[in-house]
Amino acid sequence: MAVDSVAAVKSAKSYVAAPRRGPVTRVLENERWFAFLLLLPTAVLLGLFMAYPFIEGVLLALSDAKVGVPGSFVGLQNFAALLNDSIFRVAVWNTIVYTAVTTVFKLALGLWLALLLNQHFRGKALTRAFVLLPFIIPTVLSTFAWKWMFDPTFSVINWTLFHLGIIRTRINWLSDPGLALVSVIIVNIWRGVPFYAISLLAGLQTINPELAEAAAIDGARTWQRFRYITWPLLLPVTMVVVLFSVIQTFADFQLVYILTGGGPANATQLFATYAYQIGVGTGLLGQGAAISLAMFPVLLAVVVVQLLYIRRVEIH
Amino acid sequence: MIEGARWRRWVFFNLPLTLFVIGLLFPFYWMVVTTVRPDAELYRPWMAPNYTPFWTFHPTLDHIRYLLGETLFSRWMLNTFFISLLATAISLFCGLLAGYALSRLKFPFAGSLGTGIFITYLVPQTLLFIPLADIIRNFHLGDTPWALILTYPTFLIPFCTWLLMGYFKAIPRELEECARIDGATRWQAMFYIVFPVAVPGILSAGIFAFTLSWNEFIYALVFLSSPEQKTVSVGVTSELVRGDVFYWGSLMAGALLGSIPVALIYSFFVEYYVAGITGSVKG
Repeated sequence: MAVDSVAAVKSAKSYVAAPRRGPVTRVLENERWFAFLLLLPTAVLLGLFMAYPFIEGVLLALSDAKVGVPGSFVGLQNFAALLNDSIFRVAVWNTIVYTAVTTVFKLALGLWLALLLNQHFRGKALTRAFVLLPFIIPTVLSTFAWKWMFDPTFSVINWTLFHLGIIRTRINWLSDPGLALVSVIIVNIWRGVPFYAISLLAGLQTINPELAEAAAIDGARTWQRFRYITWPLLLPVTMVVVLFSVIQTFADFQLVYILTGGGPANATQLFATYAYQIGVGTGLLGQGAAISLAMFPVLLAVVVVQLLYIRRVEIH
Repeated sequence: MIEGARWRRWVFFNLPLTLFVIGLLFPFYWMVVTTVRPDAELYRPWMAPNYTPFWTFHPTLDHIRYLLGETLFSRWMLNTFFISLLATAISLFCGLLAGYALSRLKFPFAGSLGTGIFITYLVPQTLLFIPLADIIRNFHLGDTPWALILTYPTFLIPFCTWLLMGYFKAIPRELEECARIDGATRWQAMFYIVFPVAVPGILSAGIFAFTLSWNEFIYALVFLSSPEQKTVSVGVTSELVRGDVFYWGSLMAGALLGSIPVALIYSFFVEYYVAGITGSVKG
C-alpha cells in the first residue's frame, strides 16, 4: 500500500515536471508566477485606490492646497496650526470620550446579550436574527430614525420619560451642548451591541460546556464559573472584537454627521467630521487631509497591538 | 444555565432579554409607524393631549407615494444596487484569487503580504477620503458610479481575502494533489476543485460585501454630486432634508424601503452572514 502510493506520487511529480503544454500554461505552472498573477488584480486596485491616496494624502497634508488650487509645499505648517486649533483639540477629546465610553458599554451589554443568547430557549434562532438588525441596516437610515426620536418637539422618548414620571420638562437631546455627545454615544452603543453580541456568542459556542459543568459539580457558583472559566477562554475573541470596534468607532463619521453635524458649537465634533467640514465643506484640502492623517498614529498603534496580540496567541 | 426558582429565570433571563429586543428593535418600529402616519398626526407635539405615540388610527401611504413619485428614490435604489453588485463582484474575484495565493501557494514574502492585506482591512474610509476625492477627480471618475465601484473594493477585497483564506486553509491539500496527479493544471485544480468546496465561504463574503457596499456613506457623499447619480443613503440625506426642513414622513419611508433589500438578503442568508462576521473576527 505505502509503496504503491509513494510510487504514485513519484510518477505524478515526474509527470507534472514535464508537461507538454503551451507557454501560458507553463508560466501558470510555476508557483511563483501563478501567485504573482493571482495577486495582480488585488495589487492594482489596492495600489491605485489605497496606497496612492495615502501618499497623496501625506503630500496634501504638507501643502496649502484648496479645491481647484494645487497649492505648494508648506512643511508641517498644517499640523502646527492644528496644535493651536481649539476646535481640533475639542474634536480629539470628543473622539477619545466617544470611543472609550461606547466601547465599555458595547462590551458590557454585548457580553450580557451574548450570555443570554447562549441559553436554550424557544425562538432562539429568530431572536438572534432580529437582534442583529441594527448592525446590518444602513447606519445612515437607522440614524435618521434616532434623529426623529430625539426631536425635542415630537420626541417619543420625551413622551415616554414624561409619562413614566422621570422628567418634567422637555429634553433637547441633540441641541443641548451638554447632552448632544451623550445622545450620539447612545446611538453608537445601540448600533454596536449586536456586533459584539454575535461575535462573542460565536466565541462562547466554541467553549466546551463540560468545563462549566465540571466546575459546577466542584461547587463553583454562576459568577465564579463565568469569572474563572468563560471569561479567560473568551478573552482572545473579545480582544479582537474590541480592537476592530475601537478602530471603527475612532474613525466614525456617518452617525455624527446625520445626528448633529458635529454641533452644537462643536460639542460632538470628531476627527472625521472635522476633517470633512474643513476639507470638503470649507475646501481647505491640505488642512482637511492633515486632520484625517492625524488619526493615523492612533490607528497604527491599535493595529500593532492587535498584531502583537494575535502573534502571542498563536505562539501559545 | 439559570437554575433555581422560576422568579430567577424571569429576573435574570426573560426580563433582560425582552428589554434588549425591545431596545434594539424599537427604532425600526418607529420607522414603520412614522412612514404610515399622516402629517397632521406626525407634527403634533408630544406635550399635546392627543399625542398617540405608538399607533396611528389613520394610516396613509402618502409618504411612500411622495417618495416614489416626486423624488428620485427609485433611481437611487437602482444606483445603489448596480454599484453594490459590481463592487461585490470585483471584490470577490480579487479576493478569491488573492486568498488562494496567500493561503495555498509558496512564494517569497507570502507572510508579509498576508499581514499587509490584514492591515489594509483595518484602514477606515475616513482616513483617505480627501486625497481619494482628488484622485477620483483627476481620473475623471467624479460623479459617476465608477467612482464607487472602483473604490469600494479597497475595503471589500481585504475583507473577502481574509475571510476566504480561512476557508481555503481548511480544505485538505490532498484534494488538490489528487487532481494534480490526474493531470490538472494549477489553474484547473484551483478553479474546479478548491473553489467549489469553498462555496459557503464565497457566499458569506459576497453577502457581507454587498451589505457593506449598500451601507457605505462617506465615499458616496463626497464623490457624487448630481441627484440622479446618488445612492440611497446620500440621496435620502441630501434631497429629503432641505435646509432645516425635514420631510420626516418620506424620510422614514425612504429609510424603510432603503433597508428592505439588505434586510431581505440578510433574512435569507442569516447563517452565512453570521459566519461572515465571526470569520472576520476570528482572523
